Amino acid sequence: MQRKTKWIFTILIILSISLIATFLFIGLTPTGWDYALPRRGRSVAAIIIVGSAIAFSTLIFQTITNNRILTPSIIGLDSLYMLIQTALVFFFGTLGLVFFSPEANFLMSIVFMVLFALLLYALLFRGEQQNIYFLLLVGIVFGTLFGSLSTFMQVLIDPNEFQSIQNRMFASFSNINVDLLWLSIIILLLTLLYVFPYLKYLDTLALGRDHAVNLGIPYDKVIRRFLVVIAIMVSVSTALVGPIMFLGLLVVNVAREMLPTFRHSTLAIGSILVSIVALVGGTLLVERVFAFSAPLSVFINFIGGAYFIYLLLRGTKN
Amino acid sequence: MALNMLERQKSELETGDIALEVKNVSKSFDGKKVVKDVSVGVRKGSITSFIGPNGAGKSTLISMMSRLMGHDSGEVLIEGKPIKSYKSDELAKKVSILKQANNINIRLTVRELVSFGRFPHSRNRLSKADWGFVENAIDYMELRDMQDKYLDQLSGGQKQRAFIAMVLAQDTDYIILDEPLNNLDMKHSVSIMKTLRKLCDDLGKTILIVVHDINFASCYSDDIIAMKDGELAAQGHCHEIINPTTLKKIYDMDIGIEEVNCNKICVYFT
Repeated sequence: MQRKTKWIFTILIILSISLIATFLFIGLTPTGWDYALPRRGRSVAAIIIVGSAIAFSTLIFQTITNNRILTPSIIGLDSLYMLIQTALVFFFGTLGLVFFSPEANFLMSIVFMVLFALLLYALLFRGEQQNIYFLLLVGIVFGTLFGSLSTFMQVLIDPNEFQSIQNRMFASFSNINVDLLWLSIIILLLTLLYVFPYLKYLDTLALGRDHAVNLGIPYDKVIRRFLVVIAIMVSVSTALVGPIMFLGLLVVNVAREMLPTFRHSTLAIGSILVSIVALVGGTLLVERVFAFSAPLSVFINFIGGAYFIYLLLRGTKN
Repeated sequence: MALNMLERQKSELETGDIALEVKNVSKSFDGKKVVKDVSVGVRKGSITSFIGPNGAGKSTLISMMSRLMGHDSGEVLIEGKPIKSYKSDELAKKVSILKQANNINIRLTVRELVSFGRFPHSRNRLSKADWGFVENAIDYMELRDMQDKYLDQLSGGQKQRAFIAMVLAQDTDYIILDEPLNNLDMKHSVSIMKTLRKLCDDLGKTILIVVHDINFASCYSDDIIAMKDGELAAQGHCHEIINPTTLKKIYDMDIGIEEVNCNKICVYFT
């Protein structure tokens, strides 16, 4: 590992630890200790899980698409999540959210999203000419379709019922369901186990299909597995805190700027650390400075959007 | 390195046997047949040039021979076994291919790119021996003084040489190059052809290349396979193909042939 990389890792680790400590202990009084600490601990755990899942899934998504300004939300995964939630309320009323336990809802969303990713894959890779850009295009169309369907149902339902959906439309780390947290950790660990033997292919996959095939990577199989993994990670993080996929674009690119390497082992750790720093910092900002006046995703989308425009402008100059 | 390579187990095939073969392969894109029922074989330990006009199906044919593309019908055999029966990592140690357009989206130095050639052998952990192959490939392609430069800082020809070096580092028995002389000046074109000749003569590599300049095919290859409109137009030893009648059939052009230093030079400027 280069010296610069080590330095950056050290700084990021110190930064994230001190931010987490601030988040955990700020404003704590001895009386509130028992109540506040476990709640804050859950938020921190959720932040670490979601931050890692988003950073990692965005990184591998960018690698398999050979494009560094994309996030998995472009293939409509998080709009599908919103559609599922809206449909539940639309067809079963607020009862739907009660009738289905949070765990059942969570698992169902994950299954649907993975199935959708596989369907996209099957649809596009059945023929000879596999074109990943076509996959993206179809994904965008589906994403828009899901979004419009959700909006359509949302305007039809009872305003009271709409409120219960609205809560899920914005990412929030303040009210985390403990059972879902454990479920997420287990699912993500299993996913990591599932993808582990394929991680060695990532550096070479970044060279593009032809070179990857030449260098002996079973391309179709590898892409399929990575898509499944991306779908699981996106669904876990979306189901746990709500849609914040824009964060991935931001953190992966910041990591790429800071760490001048193509090695995914380094980039993955870097993106995850940046992601944790951004989320803990963002949540602190939302809770302490802005006193919950705006949801976290507003800040992430604002900063992420500005950065995205910067990337595009710089891209046109080169 | 030369010794290293020689010490490796030789395959059972003798030089001169047909080692890479396609039988009745066809391929269509959107209903248009690009390769029509072609059967050809490539001899082990030779340089075979694929020639023919634009759109003749040369690139498609060699893409099928190297598994970058599947075939609609027919068979592709490598050392007698169907290409589909090989595992992809085994095949990557046996056959390498370099396509003509090579754009990569990550920032790599020449040396890093060349080291990817060792991926089939050692994954991401390169041994000392692996680095030996990398060093040699860099020297072969005269990239020593730019080995730490990033690919996006290089000219088209220098980039092309870096990609060829990667394929050389892969050290496969069969090397398939789709227009390797693209973007190269005369000096480097000649030096690459000489390097390929050396790899073939000294180390027994089997090399397949697509070339547009017929004189490179004429001067440096053993065999020529000519394609036209998706069909095989001619195949045989170099000297059997390089004659005005056959060339007229392939290119629809009157091409004169002069002998210079025992090489047949085609004069196609009319």
